Amino acid sequence: MNSAALIIAEVVPLVTPETTFDVPANVVFAVQAVVMIFAALRVVTTKNIVHAALWLVVVLGGVGLNYILLQAEFVAVTQFLVYLGAVIVLFLFGVMLTRAPLGVSDDLDNNQKKIGIGVGVALLAVLSYALIESFGRSELTFAAYEGVAGPNTNGRTQAVSDAIFGQYLIPFEMLSLLLLAALIGAIVLARRD
Amino acid sequence: MLLNQFLLLSAILFTIGVYGVIVRKNGVLVLMSIELVLNAVNINLIVFSTYWGIAGQVFALFTIAIAAAEVGVGLAIVLLIYRNQRSVDIDELDEMKG
Repeated sequence: MNSAALIIAEVVPLVTPETTFDVPANVVFAVQAVVMIFAALRVVTTKNIVHAALWLVVVLGGVGLNYILLQAEFVAVTQFLVYLGAVIVLFLFGVMLTRAPLGVSDDLDNNQKKIGIGVGVALLAVLSYALIESFGRSELTFAAYEGVAGPNTNGRTQAVSDAIFGQYLIPFEMLSLLLLAALIGAIVLARRD
Repeated sequence: MLLNQFLLLSAILFTIGVYGVIVRKNGVLVLMSIELVLNAVNINLIVFSTYWGIAGQVFALFTIAIAAAEVGVGLAIVLLIYRNQRSVDIDELDEMKG
């Protein structure tokens, strides 16, 4: 029994690494990052408008996976519900109602492709330079989550709801007003009379 | 996990979204590219919420709600353009050009 306790005491520090460097999470991140970038490129380059909406599903799902990797479960579930459930359906309705060409169409892009690529590359270069200069190789510490209850609880969701209905109550109420205004505005704009 | 791997991914998504806004001609596709940009911003908010506090998650939720409202109103506007012009070609909307 004593030796078993000794073995456990020796093994346990080995399986809990010092840093937050986490191999499975990094593998998941790498795979979904490649998939997401490919899907995002397809959204802006595909010649079929319905395919663009369906590739957008992949990108938005990948963003939700990122939230799970960053341990923001509530935001991840909201992302899946709102974006995959509602926004994509809205887009498909938009495609349907504007009688967009459903098959392959060459008339989706304008002649500004060179400007677009130039702006994109320049923007990416500036952003990457700024990010690498300022954050370098700093590790994610999850320091902000230390005060809330640990894993296997819904402590972080509790903290989010405390923040929404405490400190950020007035922005939250303003947001509900904005949603109401958007609802009425969309109805007034799209109404046929 | 590094802070920068998420930030660079979101920078790439942002750039692709900006490229889409510049290049696409169909109104619905421009709105989809705007969604890419908004989601890139949301990834940044969540990454920094692990760093500096739970407020980032709250603002990501606010952004999701505002993006949903934006898509609703945006698609209503695109629908109105389609009804008036019989086309959602953004490049043809040049009535303000002198």
